[in-house]
Amino acid sequence: MSVLLFGILAVLALITAALMVTARNLVHGVLMMVANFAVIAVMYITLNAPFVAVVQVAVYAGAIMVLFLFIVMLIGEQQLTFDEQLGGQRLYAAVLGLLLAGILLITLVSAAPYAGQSQLTEEFIGRQNVQLVGAQLYTEYLLPFEAASVLLLIAMIGAVVLAKRRLL
Amino acid sequence: MRWDLLAEWIIKAIIILVLLLTGFAYQTWLERKVVSKMQYRIGPNRAGPFGLLLPLADGIKLIFKEELIPAMADKVIFVAAPVVSMIVALLVFAVIPIGPSIIVFGREVTLQLADINVGLMYVLAVSSLGIYGIVLGGWASNNKYALLGGLRSSAQLISYELVLGLALMGSVMLTGTLSLNQIVNAQAYDFWNWLVFLQPLGFLLYVIAAIAEVNRAPFDLPEAEQELTAGYHTEYSGMKFALFFMAEYINMINVSAIAVTMFLGGWRPPFGFIPEWTGPIWFFLKVLAFILVFIWLRATLPRLRYDQLMNFGWRTMLPLAIANVVVTAIAMALRPTPGANTWFVVAVGSVILIIAALLFYRSWSSASMRRRAARQAS
Repeated sequence: MSVLLFGILAVLALITAALMVTARNLVHGVLMMVANFAVIAVMYITLNAPFVAVVQVAVYAGAIMVLFLFIVMLIGEQQLTFDEQLGGQRLYAAVLGLLLAGILLITLVSAAPYAGQSQLTEEFIGRQNVQLVGAQLYTEYLLPFEAASVLLLIAMIGAVVLAKRRLL
Repeated sequence: MRWDLLAEWIIKAIIILVLLLTGFAYQTWLERKVVSKMQYRIGPNRAGPFGLLLPLADGIKLIFKEELIPAMADKVIFVAAPVVSMIVALLVFAVIPIGPSIIVFGREVTLQLADINVGLMYVLAVSSLGIYGIVLGGWASNNKYALLGGLRSSAQLISYELVLGLALMGSVMLTGTLSLNQIVNAQAYDFWNWLVFLQPLGFLLYVIAAIAEVNRAPFDLPEAEQELTAGYHTEYSGMKFALFFMAEYINMINVSAIAVTMFLGGWRPPFGFIPEWTGPIWFFLKVLAFILVFIWLRATLPRLRYDQLMNFGWRTMLPLAIANVVVTAIAMALRPTPGANTWFVVAVGSVILIIAALLFYRSWSSASMRRRAARQAS
């Protein structure tokens, strides 16, 4: 049952991802990405991680992709053409892509012996999922968490500086 | 696979859908009646007694109207947008408890479709998807007014969603759960245990942000007739328009139901001695009160200007919502023993309320000072 469900979800995720990359119309591409996030969220639910699933929908599909859509509409899709503007970078892209694929493959192979031994056992499911995530985030992973928030802050300040350069 | 459980879910889902759709229909009737009373008119009185058949007549009219799709519109998205709005509006109610467990034909049935442990987050996540219907509808119409309406609406929804979520966090911290059923149970048994008394500012912020979220007056800028004709649904007609209309009204029921669940004790009767099986009646009455407030505001207040809306959202509402979360956290950390000492939180809550009132007053008085200065300068 769960294998079948995973199969359906995986196929859907791959189809939406492929459609997103190949979409001629940018708005359609953005929508396919939203659909992809939704499929991934369902996968999280099947992995007994409802909190992560809900955050995936609320943050990525609900907030970030809306801003993407917003920008695509403001700039106008006609001005975002699919002409080859970064022609010289094709080679680098191919090499880096292969490298990433290699890393993912190594991770997958090294993780294979642990397949089916989920960390989220009955003990976790019975308790409040959110409390567990919160406790982990604010004790064991406090430093990465703070670092990520500083990173986001820097990005935000950077955007303000770029937008308001003339006024500063 | 447990077929009896599946049957129970399907029956509950159908009941919720029927209730929401009838609720929507009679909400439009109620709104017209109440607004006309406030404006010293009679209002709908032709179809049936007191115009009670008006929603039916409206529905028949909308079904038989011609459906237009603009020639240069993106047809797939144009058709999908109202459907997205509607589905999202209907999904929210799945986690809202409308009553206690009751015994039906010998089996115990909870009056809630699904009690998931991240219920509140589910509500916030699903309702954040509602933007897509509006933005895509505006964009796919290929009409500049529709597009501007859609963009305005998305800016407004994103701004006020932050306040909406943060305003609810105080209640979540006090009850220590995201499950809506447990939040309601934490507010048992008498009305002074309702979270509105512990989170007065949170309640106020939630209600204001909720009005902005459902695009109701005085925050109905995406549909400002003078500037944008009808906003994002300018090009929509027939049933597709009706779907947008339904989504808007059902969202009103949704935000009212969440306000009731989070702050006003949910389905719980105001006093402990009233039997619990009257829950759905109390739930209905509380939601109805909220909807009447929405209608009352619409009939009373003029529409805000766009800059006022953004200033109010980012400079007044958001700092207050953050302050509410911080002060609630401090109060919870400082209280002598966890749990019972609610008076401490109440005291701190009233302090924030006073600070909030001062901040509101300051922002208003500085605005009126600016206006006075502008008048003298001209």
